[in-house]
Amino acid sequence: MAQAKVKSPGPVEKKLVGVADTVIVAADKSKDPTLSIPVRSLANVNFNEKRGIIEMGKRKQARTFFNVGMAKKFMQTVLVADALAELQRAGLTTSLREIYYRTKHTMKDSHENTFDNQNESDPLIEDLEVTLAALREELHVRAENAGSIVGPVVLADDGDRVDCARLGKGGYSVPSIVEPEFIEIRRCTADFILLVEKGTQWNRLSEDKFWRRYNCVLLTGNGQPPRGVRRLARRLHEEYKIPVYVLVDNDPWGYYIYSVVKQGSINLAFESQRMAIPKAKFIGLSSADPDHYGLPRNVGIKLNDKDIGRAKELLKYRWFQKKDWQEEIKRMLASGLKYELDALANKDFRYLTKTYLPRKLKEQDWLD
Amino acid sequence: MSTSLAKTTTTEKIPTAEPKATVSAAEMGARQREISVSEFFTKNRHLLGFDNPRKALLTCVKEAVDNALDAAEEAGILPDVLVKVEVAPSNGSAPPPASQATRFRVTVTDNGPGIVRQQIPPIFAKLLYGSKFHRLRMSRGQQGIGISAAGMYAQLTTGKPVQIISRTGARAAAHYFEVQIDTKKNEPRIFENKKIDWKPPRGTQVTLEIEGRYQKGRASVDEYLEQVAIANPHVNLVYLTPEGETREYPRTIHELPPQPKEIKPHPYGIEFGILLRMLHDTKSHSLSGFLAGDFSRVSAAVAQEICKTAKLSLNARPRNIHGEDAEALYKAIQATKIMAPPSNCVSPIGEKAILHGLYKQIKGDFYTAVTRPPSVYRGNPFVIEAGLAYGKGPEQAAAAPEAPAAPLAEGEQREDDSELARVIRYANRVPLLYQQSACATFKAVLETAWRNYGIAQSKGALPGGPMVVFVHMASVWVPFTSESKEAIADYDEIRKEIKLGLQECGRRLGMFLRRRERAKSEFRRRNIFELYIEEVVEACARLKGGKLAKEKLKTQLQKIATKRTGGARTDEILGGDGGPEGLPHSIIVTPEGPEGEAPVLPGAEASDGAPAEAPAPKTEKAAPGRRKGKAKAARATKAARSTKTAKRKRR
Ligand SMILES: Nc1ncnc2c1ncn2[C@@H]1O[C@H](COP(=O)(O)OP(=O)(O)OP(=O)(O)O)[C@@H](O)[C@H]1O
Ligand SMILES: [Mg+2]
Repeated sequence: MAQAKVKSPGPVEKKLVGVADTVIVAADKSKDPTLSIPVRSLANVNFNEKRGIIEMGKRKQARTFFNVGMAKKFMQTVLVADALAELQRAGLTTSLREIYYRTKHTMKDSHENTFDNQNESDPLIEDLEVTLAALREELHVRAENAGSIVGPVVLADDGDRVDCARLGKGGYSVPSIVEPEFIEIRRCTADFILLVEKGTQWNRLSEDKFWRRYNCVLLTGNGQPPRGVRRLARRLHEEYKIPVYVLVDNDPWGYYIYSVVKQGSINLAFESQRMAIPKAKFIGLSSADPDHYGLPRNVGIKLNDKDIGRAKELLKYRWFQKKDWQEEIKRMLASGLKYELDALANKDFRYLTKTYLPRKLKEQDWLD
Repeated sequence: MSTSLAKTTTTEKIPTAEPKATVSAAEMGARQREISVSEFFTKNRHLLGFDNPRKALLTCVKEAVDNALDAAEEAGILPDVLVKVEVAPSNGSAPPPASQATRFRVTVTDNGPGIVRQQIPPIFAKLLYGSKFHRLRMSRGQQGIGISAAGMYAQLTTGKPVQIISRTGARAAAHYFEVQIDTKKNEPRIFENKKIDWKPPRGTQVTLEIEGRYQKGRASVDEYLEQVAIANPHVNLVYLTPEGETREYPRTIHELPPQPKEIKPHPYGIEFGILLRMLHDTKSHSLSGFLAGDFSRVSAAVAQEICKTAKLSLNARPRNIHGEDAEALYKAIQATKIMAPPSNCVSPIGEKAILHGLYKQIKGDFYTAVTRPPSVYRGNPFVIEAGLAYGKGPEQAAAAPEAPAAPLAEGEQREDDSELARVIRYANRVPLLYQQSACATFKAVLETAWRNYGIAQSKGALPGGPMVVFVHMASVWVPFTSESKEAIADYDEIRKEIKLGLQECGRRLGMFLRRRERAKSEFRRRNIFELYIEEVVEACARLKGGKLAKEKLKTQLQKIATKRTGGARTDEILGGDGGPEGLPHSIIVTPEGPEGEAPVLPGAEASDGAPAEAPAPKTEKAAPGRRKGKAKAARATKAARSTKTAKRKRR
């Protein structure tokens, strides 16, 4: 950036400059410059029972410069670090795609590009996140806005006051970076947070003003909740001490979404400490619900091989070892069926708002 | 007349169904007549290589050139040969262009010993007349047919006699002859015979006017002469083409190949029938004397051993050995250990000369040559030589850079180089241009597993790639598949030797290719590192807010890169210092010039049309790669020699 303000570099920028130092120090000692990057895979995560979150293990991989197989990646990693540092100095946020375009060029006197497609640069950003222990948000890289919130919450976004109770049925679109420097939570008077997997069900609840009646915050991430939604839920949960309930389809994917919200994801396990909500509860749909709520078999969907495989895998995860959870998953497998939230409409269009959720809340019928 | 004869001789009355239509034995007998060889070959001219006009032109040139070289070499003279092919003047009208013409005049002039006057007519106008048939000595000609057959072809197609000028020395007169063959009698007919003034002090010139076709390319006169130059670097050859061009193939080796010695047959592998004939014809009175005297490598002791094994008396009269005795003798010979025939009867071209020839005529990156030790087939000693020229030469490689300008898109593929290797075949230094697939050399090339050496080869096909495979068979008697001397017969011993030679060449080529490939990939790797270093240093400089000694970091990183990718060795392999990589009898050509036993090419520039007197080598213009190579070659040869001995010591 042209006129970088002469201010002392922040902690994240310092970490990024550290990448250059790695190269310089190694070169000075005639050593092959090497970055050690924590391994991002199931094999390198631990479940911290006490904290209830997934933590990254200690395994690291060495990415060295003068190794034919890694040289390009090494060079690319340094380029991405450079671009991220530029964002820090300029105080800008950007998307993964823009980082790709910013770092892509043809290398001098050659026909070779630094990057050929975005698939090459995206994982490097995650590499840097884990290597430098900096959240993506801290690196100023944002995703699409893909979440919505309504309820008795007042936020400040770029100095604008946003009252989420006065935004009609559309609510406020949750930005992907909701760190305190960007979003301030001015007030929250809700009693709990309901995180809904599907946008359609969130719409139903918003339209029915469910949040007003039960004094809650309605959040959705349209599928797997993006980081902004997870982080906002975590901040509300932490800063206002209110419980979080997760409402998802009754299928292995739904269970997984719940587990990511609760314990964190395997891929970015190191972020769990800032994203996970270990006290989040699973409110539904449970494999026990069809029985309790008299849903007919014919609104269920047959589990396919992939579902079955996935469910069996979940049974093995350390964080699904609780007796209730083993029963929950086995029951689904035994029935051979999965149910979508939408299936509740079989009873009544407003069955979710009027009957299902009220009864669930009243009976405190949830899983931990 | 014949009927009455038949009647008188038929004593028995056998009723026959159709007595009139049959021909009796007597009638047939009366029709028997001697066929002169000339008559035979008039009808069977394809057997001598005159099957079509294009091939006939080549055969005429070839027969005359072969004879010229044979004669000069035998007389110990470094051959100077001038070949002139002209469109024959047609009566009055302007001659057609060479590519359209049907009549040519071929004149071949040599600086050989010349021919004595009396011998000229039979040599040029009598088939099966020559000096080479009845001896076991390596020469190009061997049958005594070649030049007279060419003359006969001229006579058949244009009716013009063969014109000869020959002079045996400065003090002798030059004789001019015009001769034709009397095909019925196979005897010469002399049309003209006179003394003339002729400038050259010595030599022979023969002129043939024939029906022919001039067409360039494969199996053309041009190709033949080029290949002659490859295998005969001691010859100075000038070719005046029918299109008016002058092509010079200057001598690069200034000494004659060693004179091949005439030998007696070697007993191994000799055919039974020939043994019987030799037993009958010998002048020896004892078996042991016959064995020791008429064969090579049979000492008195060996002769004794053979007789003992055959249970025959040493003093048995050779003429009296027939039947079982002869068979026993034959078996005993094969069972006895006998030294290989002397190799001085064949004079191989030699590795150095082959390298010179290939290097001079074929552009490439790698050349190698192998002369096998002498071997024997059917009692005839022979030597196989193999050679290779590989690559397109640095000039051409530079003109067409390997990588296309744009990187390939997905699904795009580089076009396959489907070029196949070219095989050039020689028998006693004579290029063989026809009947490739019938030739033992060709079969041996197919049977060699080129893939082992990193060369592509589909099943049953020639190896692929820019490569010329050279095979030479030198022998006192080359077993051709026909009189036209086009293909070498497929004897196991011969094919085996060829394959051994090719395998050695292949191994060296493989080594060269592997090293080059390795050097290239290391070079590429280092190049890539250099690009990446550039990027990384720039990015680091930005990260450090411009506070970075960029050049220092760059050099440091480059040093590490060099260390990690082979370092100095890569520079060496890529055409830096060092000999031809420890490959014997090889030349490696890099953009900087040739390494190894590369010849200094005298007057190479002259053949480009530049005046020969000009001190051409000093100018900076043409073929800089080759030129630089010269000085270097000399150095490299010396260096190669010294390193070779040094290496040997170390081992
Ligand atoms: N240019 C020449 N100078 C001297 N002698 C020659 C010349 N040309 C031919 N001869 C002599 O004439 C002989 C006959 O030549 P010709 O070509 O007919 O047969 P050849 O060379 O012996 O065998 P081939 O039939 O295989 O060619 C030769 O053996 C050689 O002795
Ligand atoms: Mg001849």
